[in-house]
Amino acid sequence: MAYTEDDLKKELETKEYEYGFYTDFKSDTFPIGLNEDIVRAISKKKDEPEWMTNWRLEAFREWEKMIEPEWANVHYKKPDFQAISYYSAPQTVDPNKTLDDVDPDLLAMYKKLGISVDEQKKMNNVAMDIVVDSVSVATTFKKTLGEKGIIFMSISDAIKEHPELVKKYLGTVVPQKDNFYAALNSAVFSDGSFCYIPKGVKCPMELSTYFRINQAGTGQFERTLLVADEGSYVSYLEGCTAPSRDENQLHAAVVELIALDDAEIKYSTVQNWYPGNKEGKGGVYNFVTKRGICEKNAKISWTQVETGSAVTWKYPSCILKGDNSIGEFYSIAVTNNFQQADTGTKMIHLGKNTKSTIISKGISAGKSQNSYRGLVQINSRADNARNFSQCDSLLMGNECGAHTFPYIEVKNKTAQVEHEATTSKIGEDQIFYCNQRGIDTEKAIALIVNGFSKEVLNNLPMEFAVEAQKLLEISLEGSVG
Amino acid sequence: MLKIKNLQANIEDKEILKGINLEINPGEVHAIMGPNGSGKSTLSSVIAGKEEYTMTGGEILFEGEDLSELDPEERAHKGIFLSFQYPVEIPGVSVTNFMKASINAHRKAQGLADMPAKDLLKMIRDKSELLEIDRKFLSRSLNQGFSGGEKKRNEIFQMAMLNPKLAILDETDSGLDIDALKVVANGVNKLRSADNSVLLITHYQRLLDYIVPDFVHVMVDGKIVKSGTKELAYELEERGYDWVKPEKTV
Ligand SMILES: Nc1ncnc2c1ncn2[C@@H]1O[C@H](COP(=O)(O)OP(=O)(O)OP(=O)(O)O)[C@@H](O)[C@H]1O
Ligand SMILES: [Mg+2]
Repeated sequence: MAYTEDDLKKELETKEYEYGFYTDFKSDTFPIGLNEDIVRAISKKKDEPEWMTNWRLEAFREWEKMIEPEWANVHYKKPDFQAISYYSAPQTVDPNKTLDDVDPDLLAMYKKLGISVDEQKKMNNVAMDIVVDSVSVATTFKKTLGEKGIIFMSISDAIKEHPELVKKYLGTVVPQKDNFYAALNSAVFSDGSFCYIPKGVKCPMELSTYFRINQAGTGQFERTLLVADEGSYVSYLEGCTAPSRDENQLHAAVVELIALDDAEIKYSTVQNWYPGNKEGKGGVYNFVTKRGICEKNAKISWTQVETGSAVTWKYPSCILKGDNSIGEFYSIAVTNNFQQADTGTKMIHLGKNTKSTIISKGISAGKSQNSYRGLVQINSRADNARNFSQCDSLLMGNECGAHTFPYIEVKNKTAQVEHEATTSKIGEDQIFYCNQRGIDTEKAIALIVNGFSKEVLNNLPMEFAVEAQKLLEISLEGSVG
Repeated sequence: MLKIKNLQANIEDKEILKGINLEINPGEVHAIMGPNGSGKSTLSSVIAGKEEYTMTGGEILFEGEDLSELDPEERAHKGIFLSFQYPVEIPGVSVTNFMKASINAHRKAQGLADMPAKDLLKMIRDKSELLEIDRKFLSRSLNQGFSGGEKKRNEIFQMAMLNPKLAILDETDSGLDIDALKVVANGVNKLRSADNSVLLITHYQRLLDYIVPDFVHVMVDGKIVKSGTKELAYELEERGYDWVKPEKTV
């Protein structure tokens, strides 16, 4: 799918949130509320084995004892967890689905989302799983991947088809009671992707999951589990959208990455959940726990472009357990209007000679609040651990805020930890300079913002980088008067 | 081409331009000289349309059209180019990328499609050779960490790329060594034609040896107090500005 400049330009002409449509297909939606029966019902609906049901119930019982965290620099009306429906599935999804017998209404929706399933079938560099509301509706390229022994399927299918793998790894990086939202997710997660790359295999294509909330009044709780066995490599992409709605929608996902010895995982996200309207009404609450563990010589690289959601609470982290392992976090977080983001990472250095890099670019406009929160922890046995952190904030206008909360805990004297932070403003002189060269103000801002975010954008796979640049521009539309 | 009549302009309620009259015809090169703070850069900013300045009187016509209602980018599209006295840094945006955005913005205004990458590259190659600019330079962030002379050379490179009808060069010679001055002057002279005009702002007669002006104007305290030919520049070089200042001559 060659993305020409013309395509880009055409799309730039429509600048409101583009994915705010709702597709009317029949869906099977649970009544609102949450209790043990609902948890059991979800498990039953998905035909899960008993161990899975019990695992969910354990999580639910823990969740009941927990309270919603308040330490993040975000303010919102807490969701009423009893007013949400915890399961919603497009009714026409056949459990033995292939792309060819997907509901035409669904296909029409993908098309609107810019996902052409036909194209998907032809293109051989991205395999895609699509999750609508609570269930996975299509996984492409199963066969090609299967030849290499790669497993890429919805987690519901994986629970049935590869229980030994799921059982072995699920909850090992993000335990059920890790935090309030992770516990909730563990109890009610409805779908998500599972991926296993066998020893020594370099995954020949990008794996991608596309998440979509469609139904009103439902929460989305997807669970992603990605295991890269020894010496393997995979690059994984995740994209998200939701309809524009006046009420807030809840999204509480958990992503667990396991990179065994010498394995490498690159995980990229372009998050574009509905951010609410210009007055701050509606939008998705995005409370996500993402964490990876690196064994010996392994590497995990998180890259995220966060432009959506009304409230974001998200800290993709790396546990650098194995010696010589590497963790990276590259992030662009854009907030406009009344959006609030509290995002960052945790780098936990346990092994010797572990290295981590954090590059965070926060861009705030309108009346938004953008916080970076990061922890670098060097434990006592982590000899010669190194970290480099750079947090840059770019402000547009006088009503937004940028905040940096770096936490550094060093328990080993050989550690080298460097932290740099800058805050800048887009200057009138910069804009005038661009204007004088014929570039209008909106384009000028996009250019400046792209320049500011370059180190992170450069880390994204090509197709995603174009998408991300476009998103940056859309998100900042109207931010300078 | 450019006709300025009794132009008055303020910044933050301070009167800077106090009635400027200037007419530049196609093919002409005009030079403006004058003491620090006399309003030379203000004049160039007002012509280019910088919003901070308020026009309080007079008019600016470009090819017969009143500029006052046009945004800075629209003026640029019409062919007005300003080489900044203090070029601005844009971190993370390479010279090449910036030029691409600029050229395509100009083309869009003319109803043309984006310039094919191949043509753009060729043009960049030609113009960077003309101005003896190292290719590596073009991949660096715009003006970031550029030396004073490099910034100025880069401005003229952009001018060469855009081929404007009217180029206003605000102290482009300041900070250039002798060799660079020759290169830059050569670049400007290449642009000169019967259809293009240049407005040079400078403190040094030296530049005018390389880019020979048709007219020289002296600006003092927001007004053009004297106009003449190239010889005026020599006179100023020798005698300074005191003798042209209004209170001295009156
Ligand atoms: N933003 C501003 N606020 C207040 N005064 C300003 C502002 N910008 C310019 N001025 C004033 O306007 C006057 C003219 O400035 P200008 O930069 O046009 O002078 P110039 O002739 O270009 O000087 P130089 O030869 O030093 O470049 C100066 O007194 C300057 O201090
Ligand atoms: Mg000046």
